[in-house]
Amino acid sequence: MLIRHRPDILPSEITTETLYTQRRQFLARFAAGLGTLALPGLSTSAAATSEKPFASLQSSPLSTRDEKITAQSNVTSYGNFYEFGPDKDSPAKNAHRLRTAPWSVTIDGEVKTPRTYALEDILKWAPLEERIYRMRCVEGWSAVIPWVGIPFSEILKRVEPTGNAKFVEFWSLADPEQMPFVRLPFLDWPYMEAVRLDEARHPLSLLAVGMYGEAMPKQNGAPIRIVFPWKYGFKGAKSIVRIRFVEKQPATVWTKAGPDEYGFYSNVNPDVPHKRWSQSQERRLGEFFKRKTLPFNGYAEQVAGMYAGMDLRKYF
Amino acid sequence: MSFTPNPRQLALIKIALFAICLLPLAPLLHAAWSGNFGPNPVEYVQRWTGTWTINLLVITLCVTPLRVISGLPWLTRLRRMLGLFCFFYALLHFLAFIGFDHEFAVDAIARDIFKRPFVTAGFAAFVLLLPLAASSNQWAIRRLGGRRWQELHRSIYPLAIIACVHYFWLVKATALLWPLAYAIAVTLLLGWRVRERQRKAIPVPQSGIAKSGAAKPLKFFSQRPK
Repeated sequence: MLIRHRPDILPSEITTETLYTQRRQFLARFAAGLGTLALPGLSTSAAATSEKPFASLQSSPLSTRDEKITAQSNVTSYGNFYEFGPDKDSPAKNAHRLRTAPWSVTIDGEVKTPRTYALEDILKWAPLEERIYRMRCVEGWSAVIPWVGIPFSEILKRVEPTGNAKFVEFWSLADPEQMPFVRLPFLDWPYMEAVRLDEARHPLSLLAVGMYGEAMPKQNGAPIRIVFPWKYGFKGAKSIVRIRFVEKQPATVWTKAGPDEYGFYSNVNPDVPHKRWSQSQERRLGEFFKRKTLPFNGYAEQVAGMYAGMDLRKYF
Repeated sequence: MSFTPNPRQLALIKIALFAICLLPLAPLLHAAWSGNFGPNPVEYVQRWTGTWTINLLVITLCVTPLRVISGLPWLTRLRRMLGLFCFFYALLHFLAFIGFDHEFAVDAIARDIFKRPFVTAGFAAFVLLLPLAASSNQWAIRRLGGRRWQELHRSIYPLAIIACVHYFWLVKATALLWPLAYAIAVTLLLGWRVRERQRKAIPVPQSGIAKSGAAKPLKFFSQRPK
């Protein structure tokens, strides 16, 4: 006998496939919309008309202009984000587990008023900019990436570090529910990298919330990460939940992992080899042949002054 | 069912097999055509050619067991082509290594071969493959004599083991499954040969209480195979 049950969900209530498949776009726009709040003129047009909410941003004069931008698919499919696994394709495979909204960042330590901010509030502090930067990984590969973000110096203006603040720590999220590999002890979680205060204040230092005109992909450190283009990529912590100002130079995650292989500064330097390989050359993602690595990743003119008088072999 | 192809059929089978063996080139040609080898083209080309080298090595090693088990002696006539395709992919693999990794700089290549154990192993396997490829023709068989030729070609066994070691040494600890799978395949294929040898070895008559079949002299490299 056939017993008819009333369906649990009325057909009219079922989300149509088109709407369903657009949900990620919606989320991306929403996340992106957070950022564009800072730009009233752009927020409606950019967020509503395309999947590229940041597409119409002006590129900053600090952008690298004479190099071909790396294909977006290469940057989003290849990289290190050990919280999501040890292989280059692990982040793209596993980072979907990351929940990027709501997101808040605690700014504490040697600041006037330590507190936790909602991400959207931080992004109101300054207009977003596009910055095209070279990115050089300590492993010998590199890319040219159009980031979207705000200069970190704008953050410093707002949070007012005290006179004791000499270094800035950037802490990544380390939630084993979202980041399965933080259960394994191959780094001393949570991931934390730090720079000197003057390095953080440098105009090139960028707090990035997007790339290629889109909200930051999860595998690249959504929703907010830091970028120091003259340093090896690992100095740029991803998915930041805490920014702490301290007086003493901290032991960072990679200096703890290999003090003789990863220095505190980790400025790109073709003349100081890694213990296990040369740093004189690099290979752009998508290319077959290597190219020369430039001192300070090509930003020597802007940043070398900060290291005047320092022995870069000792302070690698 | 013991199918034996006539010369015409055998020629057709060989043509088909040749085409199949060329198929692994298709993704490489497609990537070259579209200009998109992914984020790490060198690694992609090296892994792909390396994978197909060891695939064809294992397939070549399958021929004899398959022939014996299936009772189809003509399968041996496909072995040379499979072995040569193994060499073909190994050559591409080697060219990718010297070309993309070192841009043909001999000193850098030499240093790398001595410095990184997995490169040492890979290079050793490639060197061992060279005489086998060079002597894969009738003239060489005649010149060497069947038996010496066969003994030379048994170096495929240590070569297969070195190839597995090469694979083990190059992957990360998290990706050991594939080299393990190949090592098991090679172990089975070589183990089968050892067992065949033991089975066929003529028991040496022994005095006393030894039962026949208990003692099996096994001289791997100079015993006449049958």
